[in-house]
Amino acid sequence: MATLERRAAVRAILANRADTLVVTGLGGTCWDVAAAGDSPNTFYLWGAMGAAAMTGLGIALAQPGRRVVVVTGDGELLMGLGSLATIAVQKPENLAIAVIDNELFAETGRQPTHTGAGVNLDKVAAAVGFRDAMVARDEAGLAKAVTMLRTAPGPVLAVLKVDAEKKPLVMPPRDGAYLKDRFREALLGTAAIA
Amino acid sequence: MRCAVPDSAAAMDWPRQIFEVLKAYEVRQVAHVPDAGHAALIRMCEADPAIRTVTLTTEEEGVALLTGAYLGGQRGCLLMQSSGTGNTINMLSLVKHCRIPFLAIVTMRGEWGEFNPWQVPMGLGTRPALEALGIAVHDVREPGAVKDAVEAAAKLAFNSFQQCAVTISQRVLGAKAFKD
Repeated sequence: MATLERRAAVRAILANRADTLVVTGLGGTCWDVAAAGDSPNTFYLWGAMGAAAMTGLGIALAQPGRRVVVVTGDGELLMGLGSLATIAVQKPENLAIAVIDNELFAETGRQPTHTGAGVNLDKVAAAVGFRDAMVARDEAGLAKAVTMLRTAPGPVLAVLKVDAEKKPLVMPPRDGAYLKDRFREALLGTAAIA
Repeated sequence: MRCAVPDSAAAMDWPRQIFEVLKAYEVRQVAHVPDAGHAALIRMCEADPAIRTVTLTTEEEGVALLTGAYLGGQRGCLLMQSSGTGNTINMLSLVKHCRIPFLAIVTMRGEWGEFNPWQVPMGLGTRPALEALGIAVHDVREPGAVKDAVEAAAKLAFNSFQQCAVTISQRVLGAKAFKD
């Protein structure tokens, strides 16, 4: 079945992102978002697997006027699957989740994840009460997903089925305290780090 | 609004006292997996329009939620039972490494007068597990000490950017009665 090139897909999701706030998962999506261009409005997870969606929810509830896009992997989201139910109950209109789904734990030796074995994360999101959810496998699907992720009332989730090729490692800063402080300074001003 | 907790006047006051500390420190997101010991406090939080009360499916979600809250400019608090503390362990690396102010209030099971042996391992493990991750732990064993402990932990968390847990013993909560 057709798949998207993951770096191009992530670039499309974040194109002209302006003041969109972004949270990544650990591993592949961290490198993908860094490759699309570093920003203080991105909070990269280098660990804490399963945290991305809920970190996005916390930001979305604190900043209802800002769009929050979580860009995470299938393995990362599977570790926090209950998060989808918690998010659906909170109904954050400004929260979108992009799942960059290669059906692999690529960082640890390319072992298959559940999404290649019949687990459809878009259907999970729909079943727990997300406002909309979809899966994209081609350019037309990607265009629809980008519109949903950037503009549709949330919570919404788009699964992007991507190629399994290994990409060049593009690493953002990895000191979490620095990433936290620069995110808060960009969002809240210098008083936030005083 | 007074919460109806039986026993002494002090026992009646302590959930309200925790709520007042949370308000004084401008806590805006309260995450919880319910515990009977937190029931009155959860009701107070839910009744307050300035507080977003988020029920979780598992406690580690709360650590990530409060990280996001702080990134977005709000303070939070995680309410959980001692058993749930075990669920949070790897996720605590998030608040620890990123130096996110973190306040958790843990109602204990598996220690003073416990009936259910399944609660005992995590009851014994709560403090060592938290301390292994570098979380400061304040234990409370009497109702009159709750307010000071929560306030001290809130100060350490929000003023000194630390990660703190207050554990409230079954000596305060009363051991769960396994009766109809």
